Amino acid sequence: MATFTVNGESRSFDGDPGTPLLWYLRDEAGLTGTKYGCGQGLCGACTIHVDGEAVRACITTVEMADGKAVTTIEGLHPEGEHPVQKAWRELSVPQCGFCQAGQIMQAAALLAENQAPSDDEITQEMSGNLCRCGCYQRIHAAVRLAAGGV
Amino acid sequence: MLHYLKQEAEKARKTASPVILENVSRRSVVGGLLAASGFVLAVRIPEASAREPLTPYPTGGADMPHGYGSASNPKVYVAIKPDGAVTIIAHRAEMGTGVRTSLPMVIADEMEADWSRVSIEQAVGDEPLYGNQDTDGSRSMRHYIQPMRECGAAMRQMLEQAAAAKWGIDASRARAKAHKVVQLDDAGNETGEAFGFGDLAEDAMALPVPARETLLFKTPEEFNYMRKGETKITDLHDITTGKAIYGADIRLPGMKYAVMIRPAVLGEKLKSFDGAAALKVPGVEAVHEIEGFHEAPRKFAPLGGVAVVANSTFAALQGRDALTVEWEPSADHAGYNTDAFFEEMSETSKKPGKVIRNQGDVDAAFANAKTVFSEEYRCQHLNQAAMEPLVAVARVADGKCEVWAPVQSPYGAREDLAKALELPIENVTVHVTLLGGGFGRKSKWDFMVEAALISRKIGGAPVLLQWTREDDMHHSFYHTVSVERIEMAFDDAGKVTGFRHRTVAPSIVSTFAPDSGYQFNIEYGMGFVNTPFEVPNVRCENGQAFAHTRIGWLRSVSNIPRAFAVQSAVAEAAHLIGRDHRDFLLELIGSDRILDLKALGYPDDFWHYGDPYESFPVDTARLKHVINLATEKAGWGKELPKGQGLGLAAHLSWHNYVATVVHVDVKEDGTITVPRAVTAMDCGFYVNPERIRSQVEGAAVMGMSHALWSGITFKNGAVEQSNFADFEIARMSNFPQVVDVLLVEPQPGRNAAGVGEPGLPPFAPALANGVFAATGKRLRAMPMGEKVA
Repeated sequence: MATFTVNGESRSFDGDPGTPLLWYLRDEAGLTGTKYGCGQGLCGACTIHVDGEAVRACITTVEMADGKAVTTIEGLHPEGEHPVQKAWRELSVPQCGFCQAGQIMQAAALLAENQAPSDDEITQEMSGNLCRCGCYQRIHAAVRLAAGGV
Repeated sequence: MLHYLKQEAEKARKTASPVILENVSRRSVVGGLLAASGFVLAVRIPEASAREPLTPYPTGGADMPHGYGSASNPKVYVAIKPDGAVTIIAHRAEMGTGVRTSLPMVIADEMEADWSRVSIEQAVGDEPLYGNQDTDGSRSMRHYIQPMRECGAAMRQMLEQAAAAKWGIDASRARAKAHKVVQLDDAGNETGEAFGFGDLAEDAMALPVPARETLLFKTPEEFNYMRKGETKITDLHDITTGKAIYGADIRLPGMKYAVMIRPAVLGEKLKSFDGAAALKVPGVEAVHEIEGFHEAPRKFAPLGGVAVVANSTFAALQGRDALTVEWEPSADHAGYNTDAFFEEMSETSKKPGKVIRNQGDVDAAFANAKTVFSEEYRCQHLNQAAMEPLVAVARVADGKCEVWAPVQSPYGAREDLAKALELPIENVTVHVTLLGGGFGRKSKWDFMVEAALISRKIGGAPVLLQWTREDDMHHSFYHTVSVERIEMAFDDAGKVTGFRHRTVAPSIVSTFAPDSGYQFNIEYGMGFVNTPFEVPNVRCENGQAFAHTRIGWLRSVSNIPRAFAVQSAVAEAAHLIGRDHRDFLLELIGSDRILDLKALGYPDDFWHYGDPYESFPVDTARLKHVINLATEKAGWGKELPKGQGLGLAAHLSWHNYVATVVHVDVKEDGTITVPRAVTAMDCGFYVNPERIRSQVEGAAVMGMSHALWSGITFKNGAVEQSNFADFEIARMSNFPQVVDVLLVEPQPGRNAAGVGEPGLPPFAPALANGVFAATGKRLRAMPMGEKVA
């Protein structure tokens, strides 16, 4: 049995410990903000935080989260007012929006570790998160804006 | 309908002029200024009717299935609660264009609603009621601005009438303004009396909808939201907080999760399967064969296969891994190899094909030419590869079917679901969730029919059918594979006297009708027969190519290979004869004129994006204008460091004139980068410039993906790519860093063009031309690869 917290709430899971967190979160915990995009850690749509670090939920198992704190987009900020979320809205980043939870979680983890990332650091950190609509220009700008404190 | 609209236009002009002639000697509105002149006839535009009748222009929206339905009827599209809360229907699917915001915003603006008090309700698939709902072909704004404005204007006038009736005054003295109707005195000044929309809702909705010819519309100066680009998309907060509901986010009591295995090669049939091991996987509840449809044309029918149903997606996936499945081989398509197919298409492109357009004497032009240019341009199959893989939730029980899905065509899906399940259509409901991207794939509803068949197989429990990314890569309706050959004949003076374009590509029509190997008028209309060059002798020919996979459409469709070929060829030819590319392109487009299609030998069934030509005539001056705008902004002709260059391309599609300049910087290791791109766009009337900009920014990224990385190849009939590791798209590590968008201000008579797709076609050729300018290397096959060798 794996025990962990999700968005501050204690949880346990006694199913297959190899279950990816993605499917646990979506199908068991009912937290559908974390998206399935590729299943192989190639697109970043399922990015969440485990102990504050950005990970791909599709290749992170429940077992790997044992004893840790999991944060999803739903738990990033109680009112959705995290600086990254605000910056995203300020610059109207999303088009279809499907990848955006993952993008936001990736950006939030980056800024938690590095409050003033350079343009190159933003690019490097965000390059694992795909966006088919092509919002990269605004994503990059929004991370910069959030770093400035929105 | 066209006839009807023209009659309406005439009536509107006669009956609803906003200009009032009056004797100013009796009135003081212009008193101070004209008092000395005694009896004068002055023209006054009273404040209350600075509104104007609009001359309707016909669009193909009327000819789409179910036409406009009741789209202009506020009783269908608008609801007002007693507290003033307004609900507006969004009948088109939201897949990232912003349409779920932009179209309701047209109604809200025209009716003077306060956007902050408007909520949007997504329509179910019901075209007889709402009008056509096929959200593709860059049609939503193009076809629905008019009916949405009519709807809003009618609602506004009903509210004004309701208020006037309450006050016992003439309706001309009641004026809707910011979610209220205010009372005006005889001089047109506000009296201070007002009713909120909520107070008037019941009375207003009881009134008959005003006849179209009595409607007055706001002038652009009066717009609150249209053309401003200040309104955020309606789902923005939900998207940024994880609350937005996409296809896989539907949760129903007792819902099961399913995945399927499908044949890898078109035409393969299920021979046998063993589900015993799958059923042993904890959580797996059932394994069923799902019948496929195996006769061409397959349309959007499911391919068939085996479904694994479980209590979670993960269990279903594990169950699928444990299946043993045998397929009967496909006689027709197991030999499909795209490498070999390209060589066949190339050979075909060297021979005369079926003549689709002929103007002048091309053979003579080439026979007498001093110089001849001839090159072929290749494009691989592409997958739409939306970030949200296909998914649908279905419940088929008690003679009813309910489906929730990210679908571009909810009514087409509903019709097919009814057929597949043999249910009356009124027993089928299709709910449209947000789409995590569509790009044409979600116009095809095979995945929804699969979900419904699975629900029926398991006795009616609701089921969520999830396609994996691999499923999505392997079973798409692919953008076609193509060879386009462009030939130009030059005379002694370096003038182009002959232009020949041969297209060879499997056709979309093969998905719907027996495959003749030839394309059809819709594909011919996308940058093939309608290249607007002023050349005396033109011939467009189509060589045969038969489809070995399901061919579908992807954002901008045949415009992708045509713009790539024609715009690359123009740059190449300019270089060949020693001319500046921009000057040569402008010269080819020639004089400022409206094209006379008959004189140019266009086919009788020429497809002008489904619209009447008179509503969207091709104006070469507009194309030249965007070329000038983009090149000037990009600094065309300036000296650039070694390894850098500017590439230009211009393309007209969906009546939208687009020119793109890509600044290419080829790094020392050969990596192609794009520090900046400039796109100038003239789309006529527009509603939401901010979302148009985002569409153009996105088109640049997608264009770079197509140009450099993305391609679907087939080997022995099966797709070779599986996921984003081998079907690569642009990442933040390499994308167009800055995209400047220059939007041409709308001018009267220039009707709203499509904007979702037209930004895409010119990007790849502009990039290829930029690579040539930077390195002297010419790339003629997409994807070209990230590095210049």
